[in-house]
Order: sequence, then structure tokens, then C-alpha cells
Amino acid sequence: MALLEIKNLTVSFDTVTGPFAAVDGVDLTVDGREILSIVGESGSGKSVSMLAVMGLLPPSATVTADVMRFDGNDMLSMTAKQKRTIIGRDIAMIFQEPMSSLNPCFTVGFQIGEMLRRHTDLDRKARRTRAIELLDAVGIPSPQQRLSAFPHQLSGGMSQRVMIAMATSCRPKLLIADEPTTALDVTIQAQILDLLRDLCADRDMALVLITHDMGVVAQMAHRVQVQYAGQRVEEQAVRELFSDPHHPYTSALLSALPERATGRGHLPSIAGMVPGQHGRPTGCLFEPRCQFATDICRRGAERQDAALGHALCNHPLVNGVATRMEVGA
Amino acid sequence: MLRFLAGRFAVLIPTFLGVALVAFAFIRLLPGDPVMLMSGERVMSDERHAEIMKSLGYDKPLSIQFVDYLGDIVTGDLGNSVVTKRPILDDFFKLFPATLELSICAIFLAVFLGIPAGVLAAVRRGSWIDQSLMGTALVGYSMPIFWWGLLLIILFSGILQWTPVSGRISLMYYFPAHTGFMLIDSLLSGQPGAFKSALSHLILPTIVLCTIPLAVIARQTRSAMLEVLGEDYVRTARSKGLSPRRVIGVHALRNALIPVVTTIGLQVGVLLAGAILTETIFSWPGIGKWMVDAVFKRDYPVVQGGLLLIAGIIMIVNLAVDLLYGLINPRIRH
Ligand SMILES: Nc1ncnc2c1ncn2[C@@H]1O[C@H](COP(=O)(O)OP(=O)(O)OP(=O)(O)O)[C@@H](O)[C@H]1O
Ligand SMILES: [Mg+2]
Repeated sequence: MALLEIKNLTVSFDTVTGPFAAVDGVDLTVDGREILSIVGESGSGKSVSMLAVMGLLPPSATVTADVMRFDGNDMLSMTAKQKRTIIGRDIAMIFQEPMSSLNPCFTVGFQIGEMLRRHTDLDRKARRTRAIELLDAVGIPSPQQRLSAFPHQLSGGMSQRVMIAMATSCRPKLLIADEPTTALDVTIQAQILDLLRDLCADRDMALVLITHDMGVVAQMAHRVQVQYAGQRVEEQAVRELFSDPHHPYTSALLSALPERATGRGHLPSIAGMVPGQHGRPTGCLFEPRCQFATDICRRGAERQDAALGHALCNHPLVNGVATRMEVGA
Repeated sequence: MLRFLAGRFAVLIPTFLGVALVAFAFIRLLPGDPVMLMSGERVMSDERHAEIMKSLGYDKPLSIQFVDYLGDIVTGDLGNSVVTKRPILDDFFKLFPATLELSICAIFLAVFLGIPAGVLAAVRRGSWIDQSLMGTALVGYSMPIFWWGLLLIILFSGILQWTPVSGRISLMYYFPAHTGFMLIDSLLSGQPGAFKSALSHLILPTIVLCTIPLAVIARQTRSAMLEVLGEDYVRTARSKGLSPRRVIGVHALRNALIPVVTTIGLQVGVLLAGAILTETIFSWPGIGKWMVDAVFKRDYPVVQGGLLLIAGIIMIVNLAVDLLYGLINPRIRH
């Protein structure tokens, strides 16, 4: 059974110009010990869908889903209080901006200790010992001294390590990492990704890795879910996705990878932008940017089956060639 | 830290000079002089008037008077009252505890009501609670102190007869002033009813004096909280599964307090200015009333010395607040 199972997740924001579905009918499953990557350009609803699982969205958001189960528990029927016993302990999250994600007024030791106090029975001394072990495990030198450090005394990479130590302090079954390395230097990025992969392996932890970097996906993920404008447009195991992407959007993302670029000196990028709240196409949301689009795409997009990566597309690619399917008019 | 302190003290000197000049000039700009006002209804010949003015040194050119005055200040001598002949420092320190007691009560009330009100308004942003709290704060902030004081006296002392109109304690009680704080001295005296009497005298002046600081603190707390509640670390705190109470009361409030402490420090000046009016309304025997009386009597040395001492207190408090600010903000401490 899947560790996290979500069906038809929709998140709608109340905005001054009316409701806006930032996440629109997304299905998502994560198995135990699996690394699932969610990819997509900025604005495709990656963060919002995971924040919905954590219950961290502002009150202006309305979250609905047919199914949202974690580890056998129905999260939809849980009260906020019940959810808080799981959040932090069994599902933890780290964020894109490690420097601003730690509270500037409290020491590293306090912030890790607080997590342990909330979810474990450890006494003060045991919490301290555990915090030192945790800092050591994420590769922070002289962890004992770091306990009394304030966040502004840490670099970005160190802050992200502290965040990881804190998030994994109660041995969660699932860690959600929302672009954990986007704000960091390239060398530090690689170190943090290695650390995350090792932690998953050592602790039997599943990881949802949100990113818009296909290079990171190739390095880390077992399975990939591609999101576009709040919809799941494709989902495949990583190897298959890289060798045979079925959605034109996935294909475009892949051809933007530096090592796949054909021409010298410039990277192909996808023309156009992710549709936001306004000017949403009426049919397939990717249609205005799609080189394979036909008339039927202006009316809607059809969901393909697992063999075609669940692609939300009327003309899924097979080995780079669009299939022309007959769709009932 | 030492450099910080040295820098602050370097700024104090020109500030003091400025205050001394303003105090010196302000009281002399008012028509009349102390001798004329002391003679009152009695007719005094011009010769006699000039003679007394000369004996007080007020016949010299203003520039010489000011330089003499500065010279005295440097030696720590603020002079004597023209009216009572008593040393100004003695009077000041005798009356100051009354003002201090009133101010401390007012600032405590303002902080302990203002911060929770601001937090509540921020958390319930846009609700009727927020709107009524902030509406009340706006009214409180714009309330003329004098009018507000009279209104309270009419209601609670006049119509309801719950509180006394003036003074610090009922004349029935007499006991030695150990600390100068009536609440403490009345308790120490052991006389039954004394503490209650002191408290009932203190309530209305405290409410009047705390109104503006309370409104300012509530508004500042609200806006600081609103800013902090949108920060990433508040989201992190929530992602730990902490209760909303802890997320707001510990993680958010701790950060929001940094600007609020500065605001509280700035309110001390407002408070002392407000004390002058409040003490006058309630005949509260503190330095505010003492200063107002001195102004009416054109008691030059008292007005000058009093303003200088009040300015000194405000500066010391602001310095203390700056130090406190460094303590509560880790980014400055290290
Ligand atoms: N609180 C909010 N109110 C209104 N709209 C929001 C809110 N939060 C996010 N959105 C909108 O939801 C959409 C999806 O946002 P989301 O943050 O999930 O994107 P993302 O895929 O994580 O992109 P990025 O790579 O930039 O992090 C965006 O169009 C964003 O403007
Ligand atoms: Mg995001």
C-alpha cells in the first residue's frame, strides 16, 4: 500500500479577482522509501500541492480531495489537532530558503529541541544528546558548539543542513523537500542532495523532491511526476521518462537540459509562460505552447493510461513522435 | 559594546545643550517675570522691581545669563527655586517618585493590554475583533488627555462616586515615605484600608496616562505581528506540528517584539509629557504638576532645571531601551 495516496486534489485560492485553482485535480502516490520527484516550471502548483498535504496553506486556500491517505490514516477526516501529531513526526518538510526558514531569535539547539519535545518523551538532557547526534549525522562540524549558534551565524548550506536535521529528528516516514537546493551554490547543492539520498537509504524514509531542475531529477528520483499549471501532465519511472517522455511538455523540459542541447552555445527554452489565474486556455492548458497541438486540443485534453505515462494529452509522444489519435468530436 | 556606549554618550552632550537652550529661552519668551508674579495684587514700584530682579541676576544680558547658567549646570548646581528658595534637585527627587509610580503603572498597563490586543487583532485580521480593537485604538490615540481625564472624573468620581477626584491617598492616612511609592508605603504602614485608598487614587490617572501609549503599542504590535506571520520561519514552526498558540505566542511574537520594544521606549517621552497634564487634572503631586506650577509662576530655575532633568531621564531610558534591543535581537548581540 502506498505511503501517501492523493486523488483529485484541488486547491483553490480566494483572490480579489475570484477563485483561482492553483492545483487542479492532481493525483499523487508515494511508496515507502521511494524518491518521487515533482517537476514543473514556476507556478505549476508544486509547492501548493505539498503545502496542502502539510496543512500549511493560508486560510484563503480551499483544499478538496477525493482521497488523502497517509500511512493508512485518512487525513481528510482528521481534525487539525490530530493532524498536528503527524505533521513534523511522520511527515516533515524542508523549504527553498533555508536562511529565512529558521527562526532568527532562537538557537539551533532550541529549534531542534522543540521538535523533539513536541513529538518524543525525551528529557532535556536526552534531547540535547539527540540534537548533537542529528547535527553530526547531517555533516555539521563541531555539532556541540553549533547548538548555541543563531541562524544568522550559519551559511545557507549549513542552515539547510540544520533544517534537514530538524525535519528528520523524529524519524519521519516521509520528507517533503521543496526545492531544497535552489538557493544554494552548485557545490553545496550536490552535497545536500547526496545527504538527502543517504538519509533516505539509511532511515527507510520516502522523499518527495520538488524541483524544476531535470538534472536533479535524473540524479535523485525513482519516479517522476510532471506538473503543469496545477495539473499532473505525466508520471513515469525516471528511466522511462528520460528515454521516452510522452507529454510534449516533458519532452520540452528534457530538451532544455544542457547535455541534451543540440545546438552549441544556447539552450532551447520553451516559448511562452505557464498560464496563471487569467487568460487560461479553455482546452489543454499546454496547447498555446505546444508544437503538436491541433484543433481538438482547444477543446480539451484526454488522460492516457499508464502505458503512456498517464499523459494528459491528445497526441502523446511515442519515441518523440506524436500519435494522431481520433478523439470523438 | 563600549564603542556603542561611547557613541551614544557623545550624542548626549549636544542634545543636553539644546535642551538647556530651549528651556532657557522658552520660559523667558512668556510675558511677565517671577518677581512681578510673586508680588501679585500688591503694587510694586518699578525701582523695587528692578532691585529684586538685579539681586536675582536677571538684569544681566541674556547671553551672560545663559553662560552663567551653563557654568552652574556643569558644576552640578541647578540652583534654587525663586519662589520657595528650596534647591531644585531636592524638590525634584522628593516629587519624582509620585510621577514614577504613576508612569510605571501606566506603562505596565499599556504593555500588558496593548501587546495581547495587537496580537489578537493581527491573528484575527479583518474580523470584527480586529476592527473594533483598532477602532478603539484610533479613538484612544486621538483623545485629548485633558478632556478624557475630565470625562472619567465626571463619570467615576462624580456620577458613580467610585473613585476619589484628586491626590495620591486619602488625608485620613499618614505614614512615613520609605520608598516614595504610595502603593508600597501604604502596604508597609500596615494601616488598614491605606493600600486600597492609594490604589483607588491611582486608577483614573493611570488609565488616562496609559491611553495613548496603549493605543500606540497595540497598533505597532499588530503591524509587527502581521509582518512576522508571513515569514518563512513561522511556516517552519507550523510544519513542526506545534500548536497555533505556540507558533504565535513564541515563534511569531518573539520576533514581533523587537520593533515593539523600540516603540515602548519611545513612549516614555510621551508618558512624561502626558504626566504633566494628567498630574494637573488629578492634582497628583509629582514633577508634572510641579513644572506646570513653576511655569505659571515664571519660576525660571525650576522650569529650566525640571526640563533638563526630564530630558535626562528620557535619554537614559532610551539608552536602556537600545541596550535591551541589543539583548532581544540576536543579530545585533553577536
Ligand atoms: N497564498 C496564495 N494566494 C493566491 N495564489 C497563490 C498563493 N500561493 C500560491 N499561489 C499561486 O498558486 C500557483 C502555484 O504556486 P506554487 O507556489 O505551488 O508554484 P510552484 O510550482 O511551487 O512554483 P515555484 O517553482 O515558483 O516554487 C501560482 O500561480 C501562485 O501564484
Ligand atoms: Mg514552489
